[in-house]
Order: sequence, then C-alpha cells, then structure tokens
Amino acid sequence: MLEIKDLHATVQGKEILKGVNLTVNPGEVHAIMGPNGSGKSTLSYVLAGRDGYEVTGGRIIYMGEDLTELDPEERAAKGIFLAFQYPVEIPGVPNSTFLNEAVNAVRRYRGEDELDKIQFVKMLRAKTKELNMSDEMLKRAVNVGFSGGEKKRNEVLQMAVLEPKLSILDETDSGLDIDALKIVSEGVNALRSPERSSLVITHYQRLLDYIVPDKVHVLAQGRIQKTGGKELALELEKNGYADFTGEEAA
Amino acid sequence: MSATAETVEQVKSISGEKYKYGFVTDIAADKAPKGLSEDIVRFISAKKGEPEWLLEWRLKAYRRWLEMPEPKWSKVDFPPIDYQQYHYYSAPKSDDDRPKSLDEVDPELLATYEKLGIPIKEQEVLAGVAVDYVFDSVSVATTFKKKLEEVGVIFCPISEALERCPDLVRKYLGTVVPVADNKHACLNSAVFTDGSFVYIPPGVRCPMELSTYFRINEMNTGQFERTLIVADKGSYVSYLEGCTAPMRDENQLHAAVVELVALDDAEIKYSTVQNWYPGDEEGKGGIYNFVTKRGACRGKNSKISWTQVETGSAITWKYPSCILQGDNSVGEFYSIAITNNAQQADTGTKMIHLGKNTTSRIISKGISAGKSDQTYRGLVKISPKAEGARNYTQCDSLLIGDKCGAHTVPYIESKNKNAIVEHEATTSTISEDQLFYLRQRGIPEEAAVALVVNGFCREVMQQLPMEFAVEAQKLVGISLEGSVG
Repeated sequence: MLEIKDLHATVQGKEILKGVNLTVNPGEVHAIMGPNGSGKSTLSYVLAGRDGYEVTGGRIIYMGEDLTELDPEERAAKGIFLAFQYPVEIPGVPNSTFLNEAVNAVRRYRGEDELDKIQFVKMLRAKTKELNMSDEMLKRAVNVGFSGGEKKRNEVLQMAVLEPKLSILDETDSGLDIDALKIVSEGVNALRSPERSSLVITHYQRLLDYIVPDKVHVLAQGRIQKTGGKELALELEKNGYADFTGEEAA
Repeated sequence: MSATAETVEQVKSISGEKYKYGFVTDIAADKAPKGLSEDIVRFISAKKGEPEWLLEWRLKAYRRWLEMPEPKWSKVDFPPIDYQQYHYYSAPKSDDDRPKSLDEVDPELLATYEKLGIPIKEQEVLAGVAVDYVFDSVSVATTFKKKLEEVGVIFCPISEALERCPDLVRKYLGTVVPVADNKHACLNSAVFTDGSFVYIPPGVRCPMELSTYFRINEMNTGQFERTLIVADKGSYVSYLEGCTAPMRDENQLHAAVVELVALDDAEIKYSTVQNWYPGDEEGKGGIYNFVTKRGACRGKNSKISWTQVETGSAITWKYPSCILQGDNSVGEFYSIAITNNAQQADTGTKMIHLGKNTTSRIISKGISAGKSDQTYRGLVKISPKAEGARNYTQCDSLLIGDKCGAHTVPYIESKNKNAIVEHEATTSTISEDQLFYLRQRGIPEEAAVALVVNGFCREVMQQLPMEFAVEAQKLVGISLEGSVG
C-alpha cells in the first residue's frame, strides 16, 4: 500500500524529516507517536503533497507509484485522505455542496460518471445514518461554528464519503472529550477493511484504546526511532519520549 | 416608396439640410455613420418615428452633453474617449419587418444566441420567462406577450411603448434620472436607441420573471439602452437583465440608463448578471460600462431591490441607487463584483432617505484577482425630514494574489439625529489553508478558488432568482480562471 524510503523533507529550508522509512500493508493500521516537533504533522503534509513541504530525498511509493510529483488533488483522487488536526472553515459553502464537489471531482479524475443530485443525496444520507450524524450538519457552512468534536466528526464523514484507500489521521484526538473520542473512533473503525490502511498520528496512547493499531512507530528527531506492536504505545505512555529525544522525561 | 427611402426623406426634411454622409447606402446597412452631431440625434429619432416632444428632449440632452464635463471622481483610469469614433445607431436588417414569432427571426441570429448558451425555445418552455431580446439596440423578438397582456402588464421595447402608451412613457421618462444627471446619462438621453419598457398595473403581481438579454455585437457600436419600469400601486415585478458579448478588439462604450418607479405599496426587484467582454489580459478591447441605474420609491411602503453580479467589462462605473421618497419605503442593494487581470470597477450605490421610517440595506462583496483594481463607493444620505431612517451597510472585499487592489469609500451624510446608520467592512484573502484543505479532498485548485469565492458571495447569490443563481455561480469560476497558480 505505502512504502516510504529514506524520506527527507524540508520546510522553509529547514530539514524536518531526516530519513523516514515506513511500510504499511493493505488492511493495516499503523500508529505514529512522538513528541512535539518530531515531524509528525510534517510527515502527514508531505504525504498529502502540501505546497511548501519539499521532498529533498527518498521516495514515497503508494500503490506502486511514486507520489512525489503529484498535486494534492491528484493524490486525493488516488485515495489518500488526510483528516486534519485543525479542520479549516470555508464560510458560505454548505457542507453538502463541498462534499458533492469533492466526490464528483474525484470521480472525474478517475474517469467515472459524476453522481447526479439525487444519487449524491441518497449516498450522503446513507453515510450520515451509518455514522449516526444529523443531516443538519450538512446544511451548515463547512466547519463554521462547529465545536471541536463536530469538526472531527465532519472529518470522519468526509472520509466515509470519499472512501479512501489510505487514511492519515493527524492528531484526530486533540481537543476531543472522551465521548467525542469514542464517537470519532467508532467512525474510523467502521471504515476498517482488508483493502484500506490507516496511519494514525497521535501524542497519546488514549486514542489507541479505541483504534487498535497493528504497529506502533516512534517518530522523533525526524526519524522512526522504534517500531513495535500495540504494547509499545503503553510503554511510551509510562516512560515518555525521553529515550528518543535525549532529554529527561518530564 | 420603400420604408427606407421614406426615412431618408423624413430625416432630410427635419434637419432641413442635405446630409454630408452617404446615408442612402448607410441606411441600406441600417447604420448611422460614425460620430455624433445634432443630425445624428435627429436621424435616430426619425428612424424610430418618434413624436416631436421626444426629439426635443433628445436635442436638449445633446446640447447639455456638449457642455458637461466627464465625471472624474471615480478610481478608474482610461484614455479620453473619442466620441466621434462610434456609430450611434445600428439595427439588424430585418428591422422594418419585425417578426411576429420566432419562426420569422433570422436563423443566423438565433444561431448566435445559441452559441452564447441562450436557446430561446428552451428558455420559453423551461424558465417561463418572457424575453425581450435586444440585438444591437433593436428588439427583435418578444415572447410570452399574450400571458402578460391578460393581466394588463406592458412589457415591450421602449420604441413600441411610445406608440402603445405614449402618455405613460412621457409621464415617467427622465423623472428618475434627469437628462443632465451626468455626462454618460446625458449621452444616453440624446442617442438611446432602444431598451425595455415595463408597466405593471395597480394590484397586479407580474406572473413571471421579466428578462432581457442585452448584447453588443456590431463593430464599433456604442450601446445606449434605455429601460423604464413603472410599478403602479400595490404591484410587484421581478426583472432580470443579463449580458454577454463576443470577443473584439477595440474598446466599446456602453452607457445605459435604467429608471425604476415604485408607487404606493409596490415592489420592484431588479437583478443583473453582467459578463461583458473584459478585454484581454491587458484589458485591451474590453467594454466600458458606464451605467446610470436609479430607482425611485415614490409611494409609501414601496420597495426597490437591486441585485447585481458584475464580472465583465474592462471598466465598470455603476451605482444602482434608490431614492426613498415614500414613508416606510425600503431600498436594497446586493452586489457581487469580480475583477481579474486588468479590469477596473468602481461600483456601489446611493441610498437617499427622504421619507419617514425609510430603511436601506447594502451588502457588497468585491473580489479582486490578477492586477485588477476595485472600489466600492457608496453614499447613504439621510435628509432632515427622514425621521426614523435606518441603514445597514456591509462591504466585504476578498483579495486573490498580491497584485490586485480593493478600496472601500463609504460616504455617510446624516442630517437627522434619530437616524441609525451602520457600516461594516472587512478585507480578507483566500488562505493557503483553505485551498490545501479543499485540494486534499480532490478539488482542483481553480475549482477550490471558485468554491471559496461562491461561499464568500452566498448572501448575495441567494437574492438572485434560481435560474440566474446557477448561471452566476458558473460565471464566478469562469471569471477567475487563471487567477491562481
């Protein structure tokens, strides 16, 4: 599914990723944990192709294809989805209009027929029902006036609608209370399948109680420092990241 | 004697002298020679078989025009206009035998409309709109007339109205925009060739949206439409105006005048989607759109609402305004102006509060891209007698890129201590975060920009009639092509 080889990346001339290696197979959920400033968000932006995040070395192979030259929208159309740590507000654009645009843009890219209004609404209703979300959320402007929890649920809804092959969840747990965390996790788990993979980026072990990973990686100082099973997360929770940053544990 | 020859004779007899120009051949082409003079004014009037009073009115306007200075206060920049380089009259050849139905319309004309995406038949059936087409200043087809006649609505070219109901035209023409209001309106008064006339009788709710498509097609033809809409007591009408123009090389002058009159308890909703040729990337060849639009809320409880989507023209100079004379009358102005490349727009509104408890609302959304420059210029004036007057103004500017400009120039003159006037203004840019977010969901960059801009304009878009709103949303995307990346 995803193979990252010796990935180096810079932001504003500063090297943040210093040789990341990572392989994710179809159906797997990998967690990436690490302290602040370790390069976790940078990794997610580099995978999504954000402008200003420059790959200076190494390769990102996704479904057998090198991604580095592709625009963000092309990567999205190929099935890469990034759930944002801070979902962005788009004033005046109803959620349903946004989703309709996205779904049809992706379908056009793939050479599929666009969904007409009726087909789209039917599909959207099915998704909101599946995720136990109210249709009222669809009429509101994208993320405008949404609570932290609503924003994250909206990310999960987008994920459900776009049906990505690789989902990257960037600190989806930040700013969520325990109830919201459960709901969001259920949403993510509902989308798990043997064909889909996820990369879950988080500070805390807590999220991994709900979204149980196949593998846990520690990203620090721009490199994967350690890889283990889900028990590694518990270990980190207990000992902190000091072993990997060269600093004393707090 | 043929109709054409008759006209020539008539013109000659009116002017009392022989024309310098080879009019016979020109009239065969149905086009006045280039340039402007009293003779040309007389020619136009004669060509249209107008009554004496209107000719005098035109001549008075022409003489005033000669003396008037160009308005210089707007923030637009262009070389002086050579008024002698334009033709002031041109008409399709079939003018003398005006078609009674679409079957009689020149097929080539219909083909042109179809190229512009305005299939007449489809519009008739689907939109239920009576369309009064203006092709190079003369209306060639009016539809749905019967249905309107049943309820007594008059909707026809203004030249036809001069025959059908001359007293109505005479009573209201020039009463909202006086002959010498400004140089552009003055020119229009002298040389207007056609336009629409609408009269809604007392208590009638017009059964359909009225619509006119204006186009500019002939080389070097200034366009001078004159529109007059009168809503009698307790009536309602919604009027749509849309414009497109094909590519061309030289600047075209357009100076239209629109006058609206709302009597007691009447309401007029006037919507415009304007997409005239803006010129190339340097603005070369684009249209100069110098328009005077004004409505008078003459009766108590009357209401006039302007909605405009301005995406075209090299230069836009336009201030649809309301004179709130009647007590409790309401004026509204909803505007979206988009400028890209080298376009310039100086647009806004004037709300003149004269009556008691008059209210006005101004929502202006300006989007500048490329190296374009845009100004919102608005006046809210409260007269001493306008007890309890209220105004709310909101001006939002959105900048795309770092080479464009947005300016907000609100003038507020309040002479009544009890009036409440509110003004809010914001300026923002499309953020990189927003674009990345949308692109990450698969929406290509230009479509993402269009989506953000449409969201920014939503409040105004919602004021447009449904079929216009769809068209306008597409226009937003088209207008901003090439503005990013």
